[in-house]
Amino acid sequence: MTSVLTKKNLLILGCILLTFVLVQVLMSVGFITSFHEITLATICINIILAVSLNLVTGFTGQFSLGHAGFMSIGAYVCALIVMRFDSVAGFLVGILAAALAATIVGILIGIPTLRLKGDYLAIATLGMAEIIRVVFLNLEITNGAAGLSGIPRYTNWFWMYLFVVLTIVLINNFIRSSHGRACISIREDEIAAESMGINTTKFKVMAFAIGSFFAGIAGALYASYFYFIKPNTFGFLKSIDILVIVVLGGMGSITGSIIAAVLLALVSTFLQSFTAVRMIFYALVLVIIMIFRPQGLLGTKEITDLFKFRRKNERIE
Amino acid sequence: MKRTLVFLFTLVFAMTMVAGCGGQTEDAQTVKIGINYELSGDVASYGEASVDGIMMAFDEINAAGGIDGLQIEPITVDNKSDTAEATALATRLMTQEGVVACLGPATSGSYMATIPVAMANKVPIISASATADEGVTVDKNGNVNEYVFRLCFNDSFQGVTMANFALNNLEAKKAVIIQDKSSDYAAGLAKNFKETFTAGGGEIVGEEGYVAKDKDFNAILTKIKGQEFDVIFLPGYYQEAGLIIKQARDLDISAPILGADGFDSPVLLELAGAEALNDVYFSNHYSNLDQDPLVQKFIEDFKTKYGKEPNAFHALGYDLGKYIADAIKRAGSPEPEKIKDALANTENFVGVTGSFSMGPDHNPIKSIVVIGLENGVQASSVKVEPK
Amino acid sequence: MEQFLQQVVNGISLGSIYALIALGYTMVYGIIKLINFAHGDVYMIGAFVGFAAITYGKMGFFPALLVAMISCAIIGVVIEKVAYKPLRNSTRIAALITAIGVSLFLEYVMMFFVGAEVRSYPKVLTEKAFHLGSVVINMQQIYIVLTAIALMILLQFIVHKTKTGKAMRAVSIDPDAAQLMGIKVDSTISYTFAIGSAFAGAAGVLVGIYYNSIDPLMGILPGLKAFVAAVFGGIGSIPGAMIGGLTIGTMETFVSGYGNSMYRDAAVFLFLIVILIIKPSGLLGKNTREKV
Repeated sequence: MTSVLTKKNLLILGCILLTFVLVQVLMSVGFITSFHEITLATICINIILAVSLNLVTGFTGQFSLGHAGFMSIGAYVCALIVMRFDSVAGFLVGILAAALAATIVGILIGIPTLRLKGDYLAIATLGMAEIIRVVFLNLEITNGAAGLSGIPRYTNWFWMYLFVVLTIVLINNFIRSSHGRACISIREDEIAAESMGINTTKFKVMAFAIGSFFAGIAGALYASYFYFIKPNTFGFLKSIDILVIVVLGGMGSITGSIIAAVLLALVSTFLQSFTAVRMIFYALVLVIIMIFRPQGLLGTKEITDLFKFRRKNERIE
Repeated sequence: MKRTLVFLFTLVFAMTMVAGCGGQTEDAQTVKIGINYELSGDVASYGEASVDGIMMAFDEINAAGGIDGLQIEPITVDNKSDTAEATALATRLMTQEGVVACLGPATSGSYMATIPVAMANKVPIISASATADEGVTVDKNGNVNEYVFRLCFNDSFQGVTMANFALNNLEAKKAVIIQDKSSDYAAGLAKNFKETFTAGGGEIVGEEGYVAKDKDFNAILTKIKGQEFDVIFLPGYYQEAGLIIKQARDLDISAPILGADGFDSPVLLELAGAEALNDVYFSNHYSNLDQDPLVQKFIEDFKTKYGKEPNAFHALGYDLGKYIADAIKRAGSPEPEKIKDALANTENFVGVTGSFSMGPDHNPIKSIVVIGLENGVQASSVKVEPK
Repeated sequence: MEQFLQQVVNGISLGSIYALIALGYTMVYGIIKLINFAHGDVYMIGAFVGFAAITYGKMGFFPALLVAMISCAIIGVVIEKVAYKPLRNSTRIAALITAIGVSLFLEYVMMFFVGAEVRSYPKVLTEKAFHLGSVVINMQQIYIVLTAIALMILLQFIVHKTKTGKAMRAVSIDPDAAQLMGIKVDSTISYTFAIGSAFAGAAGVLVGIYYNSIDPLMGILPGLKAFVAAVFGGIGSIPGAMIGGLTIGTMETFVSGYGNSMYRDAAVFLFLIVILIIKPSGLLGKNTREKV
C-alpha cells in the first residue's frame, strides 16, 4: 500500500462529506421533510441489506432467501439493548452486539446449509429464517407476537449515512481483495474453484458471515428508527423484497443494488396511492424484468464502468 | 470503488431534488382526514372492514351536508400490514397531506408504530380496534399520550370479563386456553383471562397455541380432548375460531367455548356451521338482540350498502367515522389541537358500539356485552358495566 | 392409545393434502428443475374455482372437482408458456424470482377480485362421522385420502404406461437427448404443468371442503410444506411425493399433539434441512453426481 491519501481518495472523501452536509442542511431548513426522511431511511437500510445480500448471492453465487432472518436478529438485539441503556452509547453498543449476534448465527447456520446448492440452499435459508421468526414469536424476552414497542429513536441521518458508506466501502474492498476474488470464482464455477485449491466452504461461510454482519446492522438501524418491531415484520416477504433489489440492480453490481434500492423506494412511495393494484403491479414488474432482462439493470457491471475515465485492468468482471 | 462513491454522491443529490418537489395543496372547502389502514398483507381483512365502516359514516355525513358545511375528504392509504409502512404513512399524511386527524391502523402493533409520529406532529390519532393494554394511550412511564385515543375497550377489560363469566355464570373450575400466538390482541386477552381465572379459584389445565391462517387444529384439539376441563377460552379472530369450534365439535368436544369481540362476524357462523355454535359465548360491543333503533338502523343500512352482515370491525369503523366528525364539529374549527381537546372531552357519545365518555387515560368508558350463541343465533346477552 | 390413533387419522388426512400438492411440485421440479413457487397459488385458485362451480354452477362434488382440475391445468400451462418458457435457458435464480413474481401476482389478482376475507365452502358432502371407539373419522377425511390415492395411482399409470409419460421421464433425465430422439420437449413440459396443476386444483377443492375455509393467501404455507414433502420423498419420484406428504402431515400433527404446536412449522423446516444435509436426493430419489 503506497498511500491512502491519494488525490482520488481525498476527492471521494470530500464528496462523501459534502453529500452528508448537503442533506443535513436541506433537512434543517425543512426542504427535506420528516416524511422524506423516512423514505431516505428506508433507502439507506435497504442499501445496506441489498449490498450485503449481493455479496452472498451476487458475488459468491449462494442463493439466500433468509436475509430478513439476520436482519431480525440485529433488530431484536439492538432494540433490547437500547431499551435498557437509553443513550447514544447504548445505541452504538446495540449496533455492535446486533452485528455480532447476526454474524454468529450466520456462521452457525452457514456451516451446515452452505453445503447445499442452488434451489435447495434457497429453501433451506428460507426455512432457517422462518425458524428464527418462530423462535422470536415464542420467546418471553421478545414479547412474542406483540413485539417490542417504544424503542428509542437514535438512528438519524448521520448514523444511517455513516453505516451505508461503511457497508459499501468495506464490501467493495472485500470483493477486490484476494478473498473476494475467491468468492467470485465460486460463483463462476465452484468445481473449478475447488480444483484450483480454493477452500470453497470457508469462503462461502465467510461471505455469508459478512452478509449477516451487515444485515444485523441494518436491522439495528431499523429497530431504532421505526420505534417498533415484531416477528412478522421480518417474514418471508421481507427477504423477497431484499432479493428483488439485488436482482433488479444486477447480481454482482453494488451500484446496481444502490440504484435499485432507490428506485424501488420511490416506486413504492408513488404506488402508495394505488392500494388495490400495488402488489399486482409489483409482481408484474418482477416477472417482466426477469423475462426481458434477467441479469438485472446493470448485470455484473458497475455504473461507474460507463464513465470514460476508467483505467484498464482495474476490474475483473 | 471510488467511482462508486462519486456515483452515490450524485445519486443522493438527485434524490434530494426529487424528494423536495412534493408540494402541499390547501383546500378550504374540505377537511382532510387520514385513513391509515391495513389494506393488503396479513391482516387486510380487518383493515378493509374498518375502512368500509368509516366510509359508510363519511358518506352519510357528507350527504347530509358535511360538518358545518365542510365536506370530509378522506385520504386513504395502505400500510400493507407493515409497521414501518404505518409510521411512514402517518408521517406523510400529517406532514404532506395536511390531515387534521388520522384514523387507524386497526391492529395494536401498527397503531403503536404511529404514536411517536402523532406526538411529534401534534395531530390526533384514533383507532377503533387497537386493544393492547400497554403502550397505546399511556406510555411506559404512565403518562397519557396526549394525541392518542381509542374507542374500543382494552384487552384487560374483555379478558377479565370473560374469566368472571366463566367462573360465575358457567361455574367453571378448569379451563383450557387455545390462543392465537401471532396476534398481540389474543396475547393480551389470554394473559388477563388467566390471571383473573386463577385468582378466582379456577385452574388453567392446558394452553395451546396456533398462528393466524392455520386451518388444521385437529392435532391440538385431540390433545386437549384427553384432559379434564369445563370450558375452553379461545382468544383470537373468527377466521380461525370458526374452524376451531367446528373441528372441536366434530371431535365430540362439547365444553362451552368462550371468546371476545374477535368472534363477532357473520363469517364465524359460516365457518363453524350452526350446529357447532352451541354453548359459545363471547364479549362484544353490542348485540344484534339490542333493540336500540340506532343499532338496528346501522345493520339495515350496512346490508343495503355492502350486501352483507356487518362484523365488529365494520361497526367500530362506522363509529370511528361518526366520532371524529362529532369531535371536529365540537372543536368548532378543523384544527388538530382543538380536535384533540374535543376528543379528550367527549361526554356521552352515542354510537352503535355503545355510548361512552372518554376517560382521563384516553380509553372510552363503555359497557361490555357477553353474547351467548345457540344454533348459531344470538340467544342471550349479559351486560357488564365498567368498574 | 385412542388419542394416538386419532392423531394418526388427523395426520394422514393432512398429509394426503400435502401429498397431492407435492405431486405437482415433484413433477415440475423433476422436469425443468424449477421450484414453482406459484404451485401453492394454483392450489388456491383450484379451491376458488371449485367454490364457484358449486355455488354458482350448482355442481356436485365430482363435477366441481373436475372443473377445478381442468381450469387449473389450463392456468398451469398458461403460466408456463408466458412466464417460465422465456426463461428456460437463463439462470436458476431468474427463474425462481419469476416464480415468486407469478405467485405474488396470482395471490393479489385473486385478492383484488374476491377480497382478503376468508370464505366458507358450500356443503357438498354429507357430514357423516364414524366412531370407532372414541376415534372419530369423518366423511371428508375418507374422501380426501381416497381421492389422493386414486389420483396418485392415475398419475403413476400416466407416467409409466403412456407415451406422454415416457416422454416426461425422458425429458427429465436429459432434455437435449430427448429432443434428439424426436420428443417434443415443449409440449411435454406443458403436459407436466397441466397434470401437476390439475392435482393442485384437486387438492384445493378437497381442502375447501375439509376445512370449510378458503382465502387468497391460503396457498403460501401448504405450498412450501409440500415442497418439503417433495424433497423428502425424492424429487421426481411420485410414490416419494406421496410418502413425503404423509410423513410431513403426520409429523406436524405429532409435533402439535405431543410437543408444542408453535414449533410445528419450525420442525418441518428443520426436518428439511436435516434431510438435505444427510440425504439430499431424498428417500426415493436417484443420486445424481455433478459433472464438470
